[in-house]
Amino acid sequence: MAEPLQTDGLLTRAFDNDWIGPGIVSLAAVIGISLLQPAFLSSFNIFVLISAISVNMVIALGQLVIIGIGQMNLALGSIGGLVAVAFVGVIETFGVPVPLALVFGLGIGIAAGMAGGYIIARTAISAFIITLAGLQIFKGINLGITEAQPFYGVPDSVKAFGTESVLGPLPWLMVPMVICSVGMWYLFNRMRIGRHILAMGCNPHAAELSGIDPKATIIWAHGLSGLLAAVAGVMLVAKLQIGQPTIGDDWLISSFAAPVIGGAVLSGGRVSVGGTFFGVVIIAIITQALVMFNIDPFVVQIVLGALILWAVAINRLREVRITRLQARGAAR
Amino acid sequence: MSQALTDTDGLEKRPSPGGRASGGLRLLLSNEFGLAVLIALTALVFSLTLQGFTSPFSLFTIGRQIGIDTMIGLAMMAVIVTGGLDLSVGAIGVCAAMVFGWLVQIVALPMGLAVPLVVLFGAGLGLINGFTVVKSGVHSFIITLASMSIFFGVMIFLTKAAAFNGLPPEVQAFGKMKFFKTISPLLLISVATCGGLAAFYSLTSLGRQMLAAGANPRAAELSGIRTGRVIMACHMLTGALAAAAGLMVTARTGASVPSMAGHLGQDWLLPAFLAPVLGGTLLSGGRVSVVGTLLGATFVTVMTSGLLLMRVGAFWILASLGVMLLVAVLADRARQQFLRNKGMI
Repeated sequence: MAEPLQTDGLLTRAFDNDWIGPGIVSLAAVIGISLLQPAFLSSFNIFVLISAISVNMVIALGQLVIIGIGQMNLALGSIGGLVAVAFVGVIETFGVPVPLALVFGLGIGIAAGMAGGYIIARTAISAFIITLAGLQIFKGINLGITEAQPFYGVPDSVKAFGTESVLGPLPWLMVPMVICSVGMWYLFNRMRIGRHILAMGCNPHAAELSGIDPKATIIWAHGLSGLLAAVAGVMLVAKLQIGQPTIGDDWLISSFAAPVIGGAVLSGGRVSVGGTFFGVVIIAIITQALVMFNIDPFVVQIVLGALILWAVAINRLREVRITRLQARGAAR
Repeated sequence: MSQALTDTDGLEKRPSPGGRASGGLRLLLSNEFGLAVLIALTALVFSLTLQGFTSPFSLFTIGRQIGIDTMIGLAMMAVIVTGGLDLSVGAIGVCAAMVFGWLVQIVALPMGLAVPLVVLFGAGLGLINGFTVVKSGVHSFIITLASMSIFFGVMIFLTKAAAFNGLPPEVQAFGKMKFFKTISPLLLISVATCGGLAAFYSLTSLGRQMLAAGANPRAAELSGIRTGRVIMACHMLTGALAAAAGLMVTARTGASVPSMAGHLGQDWLLPAFLAPVLGGTLLSGGRVSVVGTLLGATFVTVMTSGLLLMRVGAFWILASLGVMLLVAVLADRARQQFLRNKGMI
């Protein structure tokens, strides 16, 4: 994907850009729904929508890193859940101040991610199996500690963070989301470790031959994924006002859906932070619209699944087109 | 994604019997033998130290659980054969259980007709998976991730998340039935299925084609195997077995419950992978061990039951299952290393 494609016309070039398609769909969805239901653009609704988008974006970024390296992280949700209960747990039982608890929680996330990454890198066993084991272990620890009961002792400052707005309809929850998104964009586009991750995703063998340390890259990617899961877990605590042990149970599908809608190639090497953002937006709008039009909330599951299939089909078409263009370029 | 699942440079296909090593040593180092020894040891320790472990009722529940876990493991094994996987086994199992509940409670179909219909229904859902995987050329991970969400969503939407509680009494009676006070018919069904599948993979041409397509799809294609159709057949088999597992859980609970496999059927994922992986089925495809899957499920169930009797909290057992999966793959890796160092591979 490295060489710029000499294609003709603005439209075709736009088609090759990962975030344009989902962006247009998001815009069309916002316009369409607000025409049918003006309450959609009320400042309260926008607040709710952005809160949901913020949390889901951080979750999706956590999966995006691992997709970039050509693997998958099934343990993402269970790391987030474990961090969420650990964060509230130390505050409630030991009276630890919030910043310290935050460092503790994020530390758990990084450690959990890196531990998985270390095993994957050392043994070359598929990430699927290792993170499946991780999913079970972290979930088990979570439930073992909490006995499936939530921690209620969320401090007021944290609660306020999850419910108050910075400015008008913009929630505080947006702040970590923006920081994480910009950080990830910077990482993938400007930093060496980001390029190493993508190089590993494109072709691990070639990456290793060009002097990239594959083990270190895998471990860092998983550590980063764990950190993002931890951030999302803490954000959910603030949003839900409670240390729920079930946090993270339902991240699996959406964490893959958003990056895939955003044009990420699942075999690795190609990710788009902007595309992922619009993927998250599309999912949030659809979820919200179903609620607004009083449609059974369970339909969301069906729609999410269908969205993944649709996105996979689109990505596939684009891949075929790009290969064809490259072949034509080579022939010339 | 396919690369992610198979970039296991060390997991080369195991050699066929008659390699350089002597048969006896190879047997001693095989997954199946190691597992059998482990099962015997843990069972011995538990029965000596834990009161009630060998009571007829305990043996009955352990056997019944082995039956169910084996069926779930076989369902996943059937698709791992080709190097694919099916995240939707749990969702298919629950859907099948709900269709069964609807058929016998609302439509009032006789049991003898409902059971085969439900298994066919499971195969149908599997065919949808297989068809989409083959026609799109996308790895089964992402396709079945989507279909798990869709199947489960449609099921919840149609049932309004309500259980079928008024099943005929024979269903529950079957779940409680005992031969010789200890043996559940569910266990017998699974053992029989294992026998059938073992014969299927070694004797029938379709079974061998599945293994060939998993070992090397390109070579299989060149030798005249229609890989696409074979992969679809694998997914159908997975669907049918998952449906059977769903029926077995229904018999145990005596009702069709939408939450029986957790959110989206995710709770089945671990037992589904644990049994085949413990039993030595290669995730990259091309090698299955039906007996290994049975032994894997047995080991997990014996361990879980023992830990439960030791009053280890149920939640910590969840964590220990994850550790078990980890240890299993690491031990497998170490054993292969050992074999390679000894020059047996």
